[in-house]
Amino acid sequence: MTGRAVITGIGVVAPGQPGREAFWEMIVKGKTATRRITLFDPTPFRSRIGAECDFDPERAGLSYQEIRRTDRAGQFALVAAREAMADSGLDPDAEDPHRIGVSVGNGVGNAISMEQEYRTVSDNGRQWLVDQGYMKPHLYSYVMSSSLATEVAWAAGAEGPATVVSSGCCAGIDAVGYAVDLIREGTADVVVAGATDAPIYPITVSCFDTLRASSTSNDDPEHACRPFDRRRNGLVLGEGSAVFVIEELEHARRRGARIYCEVAGYSARANGYHMTGLRPDGREMGEAITAALDEARINPDEIDYANAHGSGTKQNDRHETAAYKRSLGEHAYRIPVSSIKSMVGHSLGSIGSIEIAASALAIDRGTVPPTANYEERDPECDLDYVPGTAREADLDVVLSVGSGFGGFQSAVVLTSPRRIV
Amino acid sequence: MSVPVITGLGVVAPNGQDREAWWQATLDGKSGLGRISRFDPDRYPVRVAGEATGFDPAEHAPQRLVSETDAMTQYAFAATNEALADAAVVPDDFSDLDMAVITANSSGGVEFGQRELQKLYREGPQAVGAYMSIAWFYAATTGQLSIRHGMRGPCGVLCSEQAGGLDVLAQARRVLAKGTRLVLSGGTDASLSPYGLVCQLSNGRLSEEHRPERAYVPFDSDASGYVPGEGGAIFVVESHDDARARDVERIYAAVAGYAATFDPRPGTGRPPGLRRAAELALADASLAPPDVDVVFADGYGVPELDRQEAEALTAVFGPGAVPVTVPKTMTGRLYAGGAALDVAAAALALRDQVIPPSVNVRPDPEHRLDLVVDRPRETRLRTALVLSRGYGGFNAAVVLRAV
Amino acid sequence: MSANMTFDDLKAVMSRCTGDVEELNPENLGAAFTDIGYDSLAVLEIASQIQREYRLQIPDEAIEGMNSPQDVIDYVNASLSAV
Repeated sequence: MTGRAVITGIGVVAPGQPGREAFWEMIVKGKTATRRITLFDPTPFRSRIGAECDFDPERAGLSYQEIRRTDRAGQFALVAAREAMADSGLDPDAEDPHRIGVSVGNGVGNAISMEQEYRTVSDNGRQWLVDQGYMKPHLYSYVMSSSLATEVAWAAGAEGPATVVSSGCCAGIDAVGYAVDLIREGTADVVVAGATDAPIYPITVSCFDTLRASSTSNDDPEHACRPFDRRRNGLVLGEGSAVFVIEELEHARRRGARIYCEVAGYSARANGYHMTGLRPDGREMGEAITAALDEARINPDEIDYANAHGSGTKQNDRHETAAYKRSLGEHAYRIPVSSIKSMVGHSLGSIGSIEIAASALAIDRGTVPPTANYEERDPECDLDYVPGTAREADLDVVLSVGSGFGGFQSAVVLTSPRRIV
Repeated sequence: MSVPVITGLGVVAPNGQDREAWWQATLDGKSGLGRISRFDPDRYPVRVAGEATGFDPAEHAPQRLVSETDAMTQYAFAATNEALADAAVVPDDFSDLDMAVITANSSGGVEFGQRELQKLYREGPQAVGAYMSIAWFYAATTGQLSIRHGMRGPCGVLCSEQAGGLDVLAQARRVLAKGTRLVLSGGTDASLSPYGLVCQLSNGRLSEEHRPERAYVPFDSDASGYVPGEGGAIFVVESHDDARARDVERIYAAVAGYAATFDPRPGTGRPPGLRRAAELALADASLAPPDVDVVFADGYGVPELDRQEAEALTAVFGPGAVPVTVPKTMTGRLYAGGAALDVAAAALALRDQVIPPSVNVRPDPEHRLDLVVDRPRETRLRTALVLSRGYGGFNAAVVLRAV
Repeated sequence: MSANMTFDDLKAVMSRCTGDVEELNPENLGAAFTDIGYDSLAVLEIASQIQREYRLQIPDEAIEGMNSPQDVIDYVNASLSAV
C-alpha cells in the first residue's frame, strides 16, 4: 500500500446540459434542473418531478451501435468516460492496457431498458410467461449491471481489473474507493472510475412513491428539493453519470498531467439496523467520516467544506447534521455544508460520483457550490448550508458523503494538489 | 496482515441444499439439472436448468424477512447461517464494526422484480409494494446480511457476472488488510423467472438441448452452450492469525492469490485475458504452475470459449499436465453464485483430498486437458486454482492453498 | 370486496404482506405497529397492499397517522364510507 491516487480527468453527464463545464456552471449559479418528468407521462404518479439530463446520445457522439446496445445509463457512462479521458490527456495508445482498470458504480442497473423490454415481452404486463419472440438481442446486457463496466472498459481500452460496484446509493463513492484501492495496492496505474444511473422511469418512481420518500411539490418542480430546509418534503429523483481518470501520483507526474485533487481517504460503514431507515443520532455516517479522515491522516478541523448527501428527506437531513457534529465536533459549525441534490436531484448509484465531481471542481475552482432552495431554518439542522449563492474559498480538504438503501454509509476525503509534497 | 483464510462455508445448490449434501452429491456425480419446474418452459427453446427445487426459505429466515426478499437473498440467508455455524462464529463475540459483508450479484432479484413490474402495468403505480425498493436491487443481499447479523464494517457489492464470485474474495482480502476482522463473502443468484430466463436467452449461449444429461457438456465435442442455475455459496473469511487466535476447528484454505483481467475490446485481435488472470494469480500467490494440483475451470460449454480456456490452460501448465474439473456440470452456471460455488468445491476438495468429477462430459481430445470425469479422483491436493469468466469480458482467478 | 374492513380482512392483508400474523388478535389491535414487530417499511407495504385491494389512494398524512392496526381499519372504513 504505497501508491497515491489522484484525479486527473473528469467527465460529467448531469441533469441539465451534458458536460463537465455545463454542470459546474449550473450548480455554481444555484440553478436547478428539477422539472416535471418528461421521460414518461407521470400523471398517475404521486411524485411527478425529476432532475433529467437533456441528453441526445447521437449528439453526444455515440455511435449507432453503441446506442442500440446500451441503456440510457450506459450511454451516460460512455459519454462521461470519454470526456474524462480527453480531459486527462491520457493517451491510451501510450499506456499498457493491462494496467488500466475500471470500476463503475451503479444502483439499479439498466433499469429503463429492463422495464421497457419487460413491457414488450409481457405485452404490457399481461403475460407472466413472457414472449421470447419480442426479445431484444441485448436484453442480457440489461439484466446484468456489469455490462456498464464492459462499455466503459471498451471506451477506455482497459484490460486490467474491471467491475461494477453496486452498493445502492453509496455506489458512486464506493466505486471511487475501489479504484483507489487498486492503485494503492499496485494492481493498476490508471482506473477509469465513476458511476452512472438512469432511474427515472415508472417502476423506480413507483418505489419512491410507495415509500413516500419523494417530493410531492408537483406544482413547483424547480423548488421541490429543499435539503436541510424546514419545509423539505422529500427527495427528487435524478439521473446521470460522472467518471474520473484516477491515476497513481507518480504516473500522473511522469506524464505531466494536471491534477485536480488527491483521493486521500475513503471509508464505508453499514448501519446494521434497517434497509431504509437511519438512526437520528447520525452514528453510522459519523463513523464513516471518522474512518475516512483516519485513512487520509487528516484532522477533523482541517476540513474546509463538506459536500453533503442532503437528499431532502427529514430523516436524512437530521441524521447527517448529527453525523457532522459527532465526527467533526465544533468544527462542523465553522464549515460550509452544501447539497447539490437540490439542483441535480438524487441519481441513486450515480450521485456519489457526481458529488465527487462537484467536490473536485470546488477545489480546482476555489468555489463552494450552494444549496439551492434553502430558505427556512430547521431547528434540528443548524449548520451553514450555503443557501442559494456560491462562495469563493480556498479549499484544501473536502469531504463528500453518501447514504443509501441497504444501510450503507460512505465518506471520501479529497485534498488539493497544493498538499501533495 | 497474515493471509486470509476460509473458516466457514455454506452452500445452496441445485444438487444439494446444504454444504455436505451438495458435496456428497457432487462426489457421487449426482446432477441437479432437470426440466424447469418453476413454470412451464415448453414455449422456450431452453428447457433445462439447475433449480434449487424444494428449498424452503422459511427454514432459514423469519417469515418477515422472507416476505421482503427475492430467492437470491433467501439462498444467502441459508448459506450464511451454515457458514457462520461452520466457522463457530457468534457475531456477538465481535465488535460490529469488525465484521463486513461483501457479496457478488449478477441479475438482481429478477423474479421479485417481474412480479412488481406486472403489478405496475396491470394495476397501476399504487399497486407496487414497498419491498420492491429493497428486494430487486443488486445490493439487497449484502444489506440484508449486514443487518441480520449486525455486521457494520466496510460492506460491498460487486457485479462482474460469473467472475464476481471471485472478485469478492479479493475485496474481502482488502478490507481484512485494512483491519476488518471477519468478512462474509461469496455470492448467490436466482435468475429463473420467465423474464429472467428470456433475458438470458438473448445472450445466445444457453443450451437448447432438452436432455439434462447432454445439455451442459463443456470440453465435449457436443458442447452446445450452458445451462443456467441458481444458488451459490457464502464464506467466512478472516486472517490466518485471527482464525488461529479464535482456535477455529477447521481452516479450509488460504486465499493465497487472486487476479482479475478484462478481455480486449472485440476487433483488436489481441488474446483474451483468462490466461493472464491465471498467471497473475499464481504470481500473487508466489507459486508456479507446477505447484497447482487441480484447476476448477470456468467451463462455459460454448465451443469457442471452451477452446479458449483449454488453450489458456495448456499454455500455462502444458498439455494434460494438471487435473481439471468442472463440477458445475451438475449445477449449471449460477452466475455470481457460480464461481463462489467453485471456491466452495475447491475448499472441500482440499479438505477431503479428492477432486470432484465433471459429469456427462466426453472430453474432446483436441483440448488436451486431463479432465476428471464421472468419478472423483483421490489424490494429494495442496493448491487449487479456480477460474471464472463473466459475460462481457471479465476474467478472474483465485488460488486456494491448504494451510 | 366488502364495503368495510374487518379485523379478519386486515389480518388477511397483513398476512399477504409479511406472512406472519399469528401474534395479531382483536385484543391488540390498538398496539403500536412498532411494538408488535412491524417496522415502517412493513406499514408501507401494508398500505400499498390496501391501495391495491381496496382501490384506494392513501395520502402521506394518513400513513403518518397509521400507528396501529386499529388506525388502519378506521382509516380504510372512513375512506370507503366517504366514497
